Amino acid sequence: MSVILKTEKLRVEFASREFRQATKVALTGLNLEVNAGEVFGFLGPNGAGKTTTMNVLLGFVQPTSGAAYLFGIDVRQPIARQRIGYLPEMTYYYKFLTAEELLRFYAKIFGLPRGETDKRIDQLLKLVELESARKRPIKSYSKGMQQRVGLAQALINNPDLLILDEPTSGLDPLGRMKVREIIQRLKNEGKTVFFSSHELGEVETVCDRVAIIHQGELKAVGRVNEITGAHASLEKAFLEIIGYQPQTAP
Amino acid sequence: MKNIFAVAGVVIKELYRRKEFYVLFILTVLICLIMASVNIFNDKQIVRYLKEICLLLIWVSSLVIAITTTARQIPAEREQRTLLPLLAKPLTRTQLIFGKFLGCWLACGLVLVCFYIFFGALAASREHAWPLLNYFQAAFLHWMALGVVVALSLLGSLIFAAPSSNSTICFVIVATILCVGRYLDLIALSLAEPFRSALYTVYFAIPHLEIPFEMRNLIVHDWPLIGWNFVGLDTLYLLAYAAVFLIAACLVFRRKAVN
Repeated sequence: MSVILKTEKLRVEFASREFRQATKVALTGLNLEVNAGEVFGFLGPNGAGKTTTMNVLLGFVQPTSGAAYLFGIDVRQPIARQRIGYLPEMTYYYKFLTAEELLRFYAKIFGLPRGETDKRIDQLLKLVELESARKRPIKSYSKGMQQRVGLAQALINNPDLLILDEPTSGLDPLGRMKVREIIQRLKNEGKTVFFSSHELGEVETVCDRVAIIHQGELKAVGRVNEITGAHASLEKAFLEIIGYQPQTAP
Repeated sequence: MKNIFAVAGVVIKELYRRKEFYVLFILTVLICLIMASVNIFNDKQIVRYLKEICLLLIWVSSLVIAITTTARQIPAEREQRTLLPLLAKPLTRTQLIFGKFLGCWLACGLVLVCFYIFFGALAASREHAWPLLNYFQAAFLHWMALGVVVALSLLGSLIFAAPSSNSTICFVIVATILCVGRYLDLIALSLAEPFRSALYTVYFAIPHLEIPFEMRNLIVHDWPLIGWNFVGLDTLYLLAYAAVFLIAACLVFRRKAVN
């Protein structure tokens, strides 16, 4: 099985803007490998380093040391992003564009031919159930619809790897289910999905493998049943791995 | 280049789907039409005042549109987080800056076409003449000057976090250049060292936009065309300044965190 996403001893430090404040270590010695065709869940509490890892993979943040590769290409090269799709957390797309115009704009950046773009836009708007709203400006969309437009833009280039940063964050149960269905569908199509989430039930349902990160360090990685082990659920295993001590009532 | 044009296309769409241009255009049209309807003291030369005020309004409106449209581009992308999916695509930061510049500059060009067509129609209704080449020279150099203003605002938007502070600073700088920029060398002569050298340095460092600005007089007073070689040289001069500001913007943006 070929490795699509790889990080080697990744370390990211952020210099503090406060006088005489120590630098903040966001990631330390992160080694990750994601294989082609798998759905990989990236878990961790808030501030654990999930988004920083994604930012390094997308070339937004330069690592202090170590390296990251997508399809064997260093992530600092723009060509590494040719075959990926990315959905950031809580994005508000250009309000003055319609969904169709937004997708056409992103398709142009990928250099898709016009005929293929039209076909792809039709397919994607059908997939995310926004066909009837394709000519409406995005400013009139609900939060769930905006998230689905986001998912459509991430898929415009028919990517081999999809990076999703908390794709179900802020969505109602119906919206979450729809996103989950789309991930499941992509998995069936053989796409690789790398996503972060706080919805552990959802991760348990759709992921082949998961990694748990805490305070910038990789704490565990493996198949969902391996991580869950003797615990009743992934949530319980997750809490133990990050060292959570439940407080007893006085 | 396709990436640059794709980004520029979105900027142009933004301009014609927002209200600023329409508001400024309608205001300019209303002010000029009201002024055109009165004839104080039965003065036969009053059309000159009308043309002068109309051209001044066009300059002010175009500067407002150029600065405010450009100043919000990158900050809005950061605030709305649209910068993240955009840069996650095979688009470099340099292409994004050039795309934003091109979009804002072309949008300003379209705005100028509308304004100058209105101006030409208004002047022709009173003078029954269409000095098209004069209008072309004035509008063309005006557009080139706006290129410098757009590039300056784009650089400012990467340095100052808030679009409002960037817009204010850019307005002050451009207004100062237009009003006193040409006199700085004369003021320097009256100063002692080291202030003289400092002011001379400023005089030679700032982009001088007074030639495009003073093209108004050619139209107002019906003076003959200026030499095309002179237009060409001024175009090169203004493009060089726009390029300097753009390169500086690219260098600043390269080091800027996007998240």
